[in-house]
Parts: sequence; C-alpha cells; structure tokens
Amino acid sequence: MEGQMRKYAPSGGRRTWGRILFRWVVLICVGGYLLLPLLSMAEFSTRGAGWSRNFDAWKHIWTTDPLLPGAIELSLELAALTVVGMLFLLAPTMVWVQLRAPKMRRIVEFISLLPLTIPAIVIVVGLAPVYRHLSPLIGQSPLVLAFIYLVLVLPYAFRSIDASLRSIDVETLAEAARGLGASWPQVFFRIVVPNIRQGLLSAAVLSIALVLGEFTISSLLAYDTLQVEVNQLGLTNAAVSVAVALAALVFGFVLLFIVSSVGGGRRRRKQVALPAEGGSNQ
Amino acid sequence: MTLSQDASLAETGGGSAAPGLGAHPAARRRLRKRAKGALNYLGTMPFLVYVGVFLFWPTYLVVSGAFQNNHGHASLANIRQVGTGNHLHALWETIQLSLGTAIAGAILGGLLAWAIAEGNPNGVFRRMLLSMSGVLAQFGGVMLAFAFLATYGYTGLVTKLLQTAFKLSPFSTANWIYTLFGLGVVYTFFQIPLMVLIFLPSLDGLQPQWREASDNLGGGLWAYWRHVAGPILAPSFVGAWLLLFVNSFSAYATAASLLSQGSPITPLEIRQYIESELSVNTGLAKSLAFTMVVVVIIVMTLYALVQRRAAKWKVK
Repeated sequence: MEGQMRKYAPSGGRRTWGRILFRWVVLICVGGYLLLPLLSMAEFSTRGAGWSRNFDAWKHIWTTDPLLPGAIELSLELAALTVVGMLFLLAPTMVWVQLRAPKMRRIVEFISLLPLTIPAIVIVVGLAPVYRHLSPLIGQSPLVLAFIYLVLVLPYAFRSIDASLRSIDVETLAEAARGLGASWPQVFFRIVVPNIRQGLLSAAVLSIALVLGEFTISSLLAYDTLQVEVNQLGLTNAAVSVAVALAALVFGFVLLFIVSSVGGGRRRRKQVALPAEGGSNQ
Repeated sequence: MTLSQDASLAETGGGSAAPGLGAHPAARRRLRKRAKGALNYLGTMPFLVYVGVFLFWPTYLVVSGAFQNNHGHASLANIRQVGTGNHLHALWETIQLSLGTAIAGAILGGLLAWAIAEGNPNGVFRRMLLSMSGVLAQFGGVMLAFAFLATYGYTGLVTKLLQTAFKLSPFSTANWIYTLFGLGVVYTFFQIPLMVLIFLPSLDGLQPQWREASDNLGGGLWAYWRHVAGPILAPSFVGAWLLLFVNSFSAYATAASLLSQGSPITPLEIRQYIESELSVNTGLAKSLAFTMVVVVIIVMTLYALVQRRAAKWKVK
C-alpha cells in the first residue's frame, strides 16, 4: 500500500485517482471551451455545400478584397515601426536608468505599465485632438498610428526587457567595459544589447502580435489596418474573413511559440508568457 | 562619504558662494557631480517627453474635457449626464459584465491553472498550454468575435449540429450570442487564459512541504484547502480577479465587432459619440471615458492593496 501511494504531485500531496480524474475533467472541459471556437473557425472557413469541405475561402484570401493586401501591408509596416521605436526609445532608456539614474527606475516602470490600466478606448478619445495638433509636424499618413502603438506596447516590452536586464549584472558589465576604454554607445550596443537579446526579441514579438491585432484605435481614427479590413470583410464574405482571422491567429501562435522555444529553460519561457497579462487589444 | 564631504565643505565656508575657476577643489567636484546628476536625468527626457505627448496629453484632454461643455467652458453638464438614464444603465451593464466574466474567468482559469500545475513542471504539455494561453489572452477583438460567430452564430458549427440533431431553428439557438450574456460568454474566452498566466506563478509557489505538513498532522483534502492553500492563495486570487475585471471593463474590439449596432455597454457608447465627425457630443464621450478611468483607478487601487498582502507568502 505504501509503495503505491509514494507518488507525489508537484504541488504536494498524494496523487490519488480522484485527483487525476478531476484534473482531466478540468482539462477537457475548460480546454474544450477554448478549443471549440478555433476548430469551428477551421470548419467554417473550409465549408462547402452541405457538409462537404473545400478550400475556396483560403484560396481567395488575396483576391476577394482588393483592400486587404494594402491593409496587411500597413499593419506590417506599423509593426516594424513600432518595434524600431521600442528598440530605440524604450530599451536605451531602460539601460540608461539602470546604469546612470537608478532613482528614475520606479518612475519609468510606473509609466511603462500605465497603458495597461488606461483603456485604449479612453486614450483614443483624447488622441484625435493630439494628432490634429501634431499633424503639421508628423503628417497624416496612416503610419502615424505607430506613435500610439509604441505607447500601447510599453507594458509588454517593459516587462520582457526588464526580466532580461535583471538576469544580468549590467552595472558590473558596464564598469568593466568602461574600464577597458569603451565609450557609452559601445557599452550599449556591444555589451548590453547582446546580453539582453532574448528580452528584446520577446518584446519585439509581443509588439508585433499586439500591433497586428489592434482594432480599437485604428478603427475609431478611421485607418484601414488589417483588423479593420477583416472586420469590414466579415460583412460581405464571412468565410474569407474567418480564414484570414485564423491565419493571423496561427501566425501569432507560431511566432510566440518559436520565441518561447528559442529561449529554452523555464525562466525564459515565463518571460514570454507573462508579459501577455492584461491583453489590451480586446 | 558624501556626508563627510558636505561637512568639510561647511567647515571651509562652502564652495557654492564662489563657483569660479579658482574655487575650492571639493566644491568643483561637487558642482561637476551635480552637472553629471542633471545629465543622468536628462537621459530619460526623450522617453518622458514622448510619453507626455502620446499618453499623458490625450489622458489630460479626456479628463479636462469631461469638465467642459461643448464650447470649452468649465461645466459639469456632461458629467451630470453620465449619471442619467441610458448612460448610467450602460455603465451598470458594463460593470455587471466585467464582474461576471471576471468571476467565471477566475474560477475556470484558476482550475485550469491548477490542472497545469499538477503536471510535469518541465513537460511539453505545460509548455504548450502556456504558449496557447499567451496567444489566446491576446486573442481578442475581431478575430474572437468571428470565432464565436463561426461556432454559435446563425450558421455556426454548434448551431448547425444542434439544428441537425434536434431540428431546432437557428433563431431559437443562436440569438443568445448577441445579448449581454452572449458577450459575457465571449469575453470569458480571453479571461480564462489570462487568469492562467497571472495565477499559475502563485500555484507554483505553493510548497509541497506545506501539503506534507498538513497531511502529517492528519489534515485531509478539505483541511488543507480550508486552512493552508486557501488563505495563502486568496490574496493572489482576488488580485487576479481584479485584473480580469479591468481587462473586461476596458475591452472594446470584441464587442464592437460583434454588435455593430446598439450600445449596451459604455465603450460602445463612446464609439457612438466619437464615430461621426459631426457629432456635437465629444464632451459626452470624454465624460464617459473619464467615468471609465475613475472605475479603473478604484479597482487598481484595490489591486495594489491586495498585492501587498499577496507578497507576504512569496517564497524567495
């Protein structure tokens, strides 16, 4: 009897049959609730007459809606701009704060996490006048959306980069490099950046995922991004729009999964998963 | 170090009175240090200016606009309107929706997190479920609305299956998705994975020794959860629940895509007032947005208080 009961669960306690059964009931019920809509998307987008299958909707992604390729292009450009902005504004600031102005750390952290709590629908109300005031300066192309997207990705990017920065001893590395005669830009690009590569990578991936899924701000400011166009398409051709949505979802999943696998080790994986808290693009 | 420096400065009469070239070396050092300190703060200026323009300015415009009438004069008219009729009703519905989906999400997500924590901490299964949660918590908006329409909509998979199996008309089985309850079911979809992401670290923090201690003292399953795990997890559970509340409260895209007409919840009301350029009621939109900010601030304050309690049991 003792030998049979030796098995302990990771969370402590004996692994009884009741416990194993309950675990699987939970996994199947909750997992099923989450998976069913995804399966339905696949089913819906491949639906032929009656119960037959055909892949017309998938074949026609590029041809059904002449505006869709442009919208995809715009969203990809915005994602790229946002990542560049994140790399050149947030990352240097965080490193700078760590090395030169530690007193500012809490302030930068607080500000970076703020967009999680201020709803996008609130920001967009005040944003239109801001863009109007700035239009002589930054123009009116749809690419100006990248400015606000950079704010939206701050919390996610901050947490990823912060986790990376915490795992290395930046101060010592910088001091050593300075002692050997490196300039500050050299310290940043050749010492710090290679050491926080993983954090920067997951920050970039989360930013891309968020920008590709963003709807609230672009639709209310009347810019034709991927999600806005997919939403429009849903009114005229449901099957194709569901196919595009599923493709975007799979793209996001693959992107996140690759980064979480590249990182390796449980710690790193958590970095990728955790910043997704407070998903702000619903 | 700096204290003694300051003391020596004070003794020599202080260097700040004559900061010229021939000043006391200690004073010069101090001046240089101060200049360097200023430079250190200057380094964060680009970030602060950027955030000031694109985060604080719009927020300020919302808050200040909420207390102005449509001619830009100080007025409480728009704020007062939020407290009346439809607006108050929509706000109440939004709060109910957020409460409900946060409760459902916290319970189901908590159970799922427990089921994940029960498995091998380094297994592929756990890794996959976590990656899935990461994606699905972000999976909002238009795509989620489509997913649910493809499942439970008039021509959705489940509706079709029910139709074939029980000969039900689609109108009797698919209308619910456009109601507030339906919206809640859809929202719960992204609340569950978010709960998993937030709550799993707390479950992982439960030490197996605590369970063993409880078992050795003769406590059963109920005693363990009632007296050990429950009280330890309660603050993080409530904290996660509050975050879920905010998450649902500020959600917009899913509802906007699902309900293209009508405004049963506050975010959709805001859409109604800002969508048309000609709308004279941007002041009202700002007041509604301001009300949302107030609710979020209250909830986040509670969250900060709960977090302090949750930190008590963090191991390491």
